[in-house]
Amino acid sequence: MNQRIEKLRQQSLMAVNRMSVERARLVTEFYKSIEGSDYSVPETRALVFKYILENKSLCINDGELIVGERGPEPKATPTYPEVSLHSLDDLEVLDQREKVSFKVDNETRQLYDSTIIPFWKGKSNRDKLMSRMTPEWLESYKAGIFTEFQEQRAPGHTVLGDKIYHKGIKDIINDIHLKRTELQEASEAGQQDLLDELSAMEIAANAIMIYAQRNADYLLELANAEKDAIRKQELVEMAQVCQNVPANAPQTFHEALQYYWFVHIGVITEVNPWDSFNPGRLDQHLYPFYVKDIEQGRLTKERAKELLMSFWVKFNNQPAPPKNGITAKESNTYTDFALINLGGVKPDGTDAVNELSFLILDVIEEMRLLQPSSMVQISKENPDAFIQRTLQITKTGFGQPSYFNTDAIVQELVNQGKDIVDARNGGASGCVESGAFGTEAYWLTGYFNIPKILELTLHNGVDPKSGKLLGLETGSLATLDTYDKLLSAFNKQLNYFLDIKIEGNRRIESLIMKELPVPFLSLFVEDCIGNAKDYNAGGARYNTSYIQGVGLGSITDALTAIQYHVYDQKNISLEEMVKATDLNFKGYEELRYNLVFETPKFGNDDAYADANAVRVFEMYYESINGKSNSRGGTFRVNLLPTTCHVYFGQVMQASTDGRKDEEPLSEGISPVQGADKNGPTAVVNSMLKIDHTRTGGTLLNQKFLPQFFDTKEGIVKLTHLIRTYFNQLGHHIQFNVVDADVLRDAQKHPEKYQDLIVRVAGYSDYFNDLTLELQEEIIKRTAQCDM
Amino acid sequence: MEGKIFDIKRFALNDGPGIRTTVFFKGCPLKCTWCHNPEGISFDIEEFEQERFLDGERFVHIQKIGQSVSVQKLMDEILKDVNFYIQSGGGVTFSGGEPMAQSEFLTLVLAECKKKGLHVTIDTTGLCNTDKLDVISNYADLFLYDMKFVNSDLHYNYTGVKNSLIIENLDFLLNKKSAVIVRVPIIPGINDTVECIADLKEFVKNRQNQIKELHFLPFHNIGQSKYERFKKDYSLSALSSQQPDDLNYLIEEFKSLEIKTQIGGL
Repeated sequence: MNQRIEKLRQQSLMAVNRMSVERARLVTEFYKSIEGSDYSVPETRALVFKYILENKSLCINDGELIVGERGPEPKATPTYPEVSLHSLDDLEVLDQREKVSFKVDNETRQLYDSTIIPFWKGKSNRDKLMSRMTPEWLESYKAGIFTEFQEQRAPGHTVLGDKIYHKGIKDIINDIHLKRTELQEASEAGQQDLLDELSAMEIAANAIMIYAQRNADYLLELANAEKDAIRKQELVEMAQVCQNVPANAPQTFHEALQYYWFVHIGVITEVNPWDSFNPGRLDQHLYPFYVKDIEQGRLTKERAKELLMSFWVKFNNQPAPPKNGITAKESNTYTDFALINLGGVKPDGTDAVNELSFLILDVIEEMRLLQPSSMVQISKENPDAFIQRTLQITKTGFGQPSYFNTDAIVQELVNQGKDIVDARNGGASGCVESGAFGTEAYWLTGYFNIPKILELTLHNGVDPKSGKLLGLETGSLATLDTYDKLLSAFNKQLNYFLDIKIEGNRRIESLIMKELPVPFLSLFVEDCIGNAKDYNAGGARYNTSYIQGVGLGSITDALTAIQYHVYDQKNISLEEMVKATDLNFKGYEELRYNLVFETPKFGNDDAYADANAVRVFEMYYESINGKSNSRGGTFRVNLLPTTCHVYFGQVMQASTDGRKDEEPLSEGISPVQGADKNGPTAVVNSMLKIDHTRTGGTLLNQKFLPQFFDTKEGIVKLTHLIRTYFNQLGHHIQFNVVDADVLRDAQKHPEKYQDLIVRVAGYSDYFNDLTLELQEEIIKRTAQCDM
Repeated sequence: MEGKIFDIKRFALNDGPGIRTTVFFKGCPLKCTWCHNPEGISFDIEEFEQERFLDGERFVHIQKIGQSVSVQKLMDEILKDVNFYIQSGGGVTFSGGEPMAQSEFLTLVLAECKKKGLHVTIDTTGLCNTDKLDVISNYADLFLYDMKFVNSDLHYNYTGVKNSLIIENLDFLLNKKSAVIVRVPIIPGINDTVECIADLKEFVKNRQNQIKELHFLPFHNIGQSKYERFKKDYSLSALSSQQPDDLNYLIEEFKSLEIKTQIGGL
């Protein structure tokens, strides 16, 4: 990368997370100013959006090519008191906490104390939401049986399709006018809500043009003051770009990037949607501009790369909005997942990999930034060279890009009833969630702690952590005298708590539909304008609600241990087994040894254990899939944890798979940490026993030593591993190339790393079985590899 | 009929083309001082004390090395990864120990493998009855054939057997036009002397149009862990592992021959 990009990258890396009070101040000022007036809710939301964009401070960083910061400077992060209000205590915690802290200055504290807290207390969406929940919901939520995504952030998971590359804001306003005329001509009853929404959309559309014009003016101001002739000319050109877009459809590569970025800033300023916002199929959207600009001599490959790199830095400058309360723990290493999709298929189903896909991979490798995150979509149609280039980046141990199966994603979306072209235009966002980009509002509603349900079942509905009766009394241990009876009791508890979660979601959705419309975002997602309905009110073509199951590996191993030792081998009574977990295996060390090392485990291609994964998956799926949500859409399942498996472990005591009190659960559909001892092909075969195409995403992490990537042959064989998994419609795989720190940890906790395999010709062994000297040698080599 | 094996490794990447499953047969007629699979030498099912730690606490349990398996049971394991073999052009490798030492069982297994269309590789020391090798070679797609020393006396000193039969068998396979990759495990100071390498070059030169490829395997003392675990004596603990680049000189040395060479397994 050149000097200017290096400087911008460093600025982004060195910038300290800071809480910016500007947005909270503007929002509060605005709401105070309209007290007593009778704007509709959507219009109010659009007007406050406009007020922010008219008044927020502008920031143009030295040397950057793409402009627009959400806060007054990189990593200065606004708050959203109308969605969820930070207390003064929250501000202290954010300022002081060790990980992902946000510096809070005195001005912010004072303004929160004097103005923002007094105005919003009891009025934020979070307060309203909590007051509508049933006691059962609140108790379950507190016990860590599930989390609630909309508790302090607005619904997200929105990925843009290709609309903005064809339509300027002026064109979109024209569409709004056409729809308004259509409604007025039809003149039917009950249209006021629709007209209000259209009016809100128009206000929001104008607001973003005002913001772009402000940036253009500021760029000209900077150009006038600029001494360097080259930068001066660049600033003038950038001002021109900001005048062209988003008002008009983009004409150049540069304009396309800048248009997207204005929309991005708009969406994450309007509210604080989950998982940021994201351009989705970037290589597809930009390719026509890239080809045209290069043909017409306006752009070089180098300049395209530079523009992309400047664009990359912008994502990294916007951290996830600071949390309050319990969710800081739920998901503690949280970044705002903007997941750039590369590759996949075109609308007609053919190979979509192009020159730009590879160029963007170069950008990802050189930038090595946490945000945006990136993934490659791999279809049978895509060339091996695309996978192999990506594996070269994975080898560097930076955790990106991850690998997704386009053919599985398309199948999943079609199974949900979506049009095949909408499915092909889709991909994955956030962690691993499938969506039809530009046409779907897919809300993640919260994680669900599946292993905790077994804990409750084994205590007849009582949460052993609190002693409270939370669930159904499905029977004492004495009555569970067959494995089938245990499974049936587990299924009843599972349904009971999922029903609570689903009912809670419906109430929350109804609240958000009315109270928290997003007219700006609605401009870009089909068919919100055509339906004259908000994105948050069922306006999108597809409206899906997901409940993300967590801990498939842990629940499978816990059930398998009981089935094996209690019912089949009759080594121990169920009472004794549960007592051992109640005592955190104190006095039961030998039992725990057997549970960890001598019991069938998920992830080993072992039919006995894997059958339990399938049983749990079927129960979870049947309890959720197809139920209706409040937006005219449907509930679906996916299996991913982000980092919630850590929090869910903390709310649980020891479990029958040998996991101790408060230790993390397994993540995604991955086996329990280190429990897979038969290598990656066995893991893949186990994962394929569940039907990925009935989910909206599954997550599989696999640890590898860097030596696997050392040779060309190694890369080719890993490509085959991916292909074999994907040919059978596995959804996602991520390779974690372990570093020296991980290997050090493996020396300390060998039981958690039984999956680390060292391979040399004619020989392979588990890392843990090597002598200390050899382990040290491998650690030394691994550390060199990192550099 | 049952066979004795001591391990099955899936996702084996260095024992033949593609993604493979390697089956390790128990028992070997050679006693190589550097053997990295010492638990594969004895034909008996052995026991050892396995030491494991859980949260810092030490657990010792008696574990068996090796098991008897039926053809069917072994095939069930092998076939689990058939999709990976098809995708990658891989298959199954029989190693050891010495798979040829259980040639009757191996023949039955190979017949099943061929029924399923699997690519079969035999990783062998070459010390076996030639008639039996003839039978096996009718099924095998590839031999990984170890050549430790050309000099028979040195061979005897370090492996406990002379190499005349091994060389005879190699020539038998080559004359039969079997696909053979000759693999030379380099043991520093033992078989990489100037004389040994010169012998090897001459030996290969005489067969350069028959041998498919020549692979030099860098020495690694990773097997030392197993000697400690299984409480067996190891005489090479002072030697340190080689990096692949350490053997570049051999590639240079053999460049003049008409044979494909490489460092490390496939």
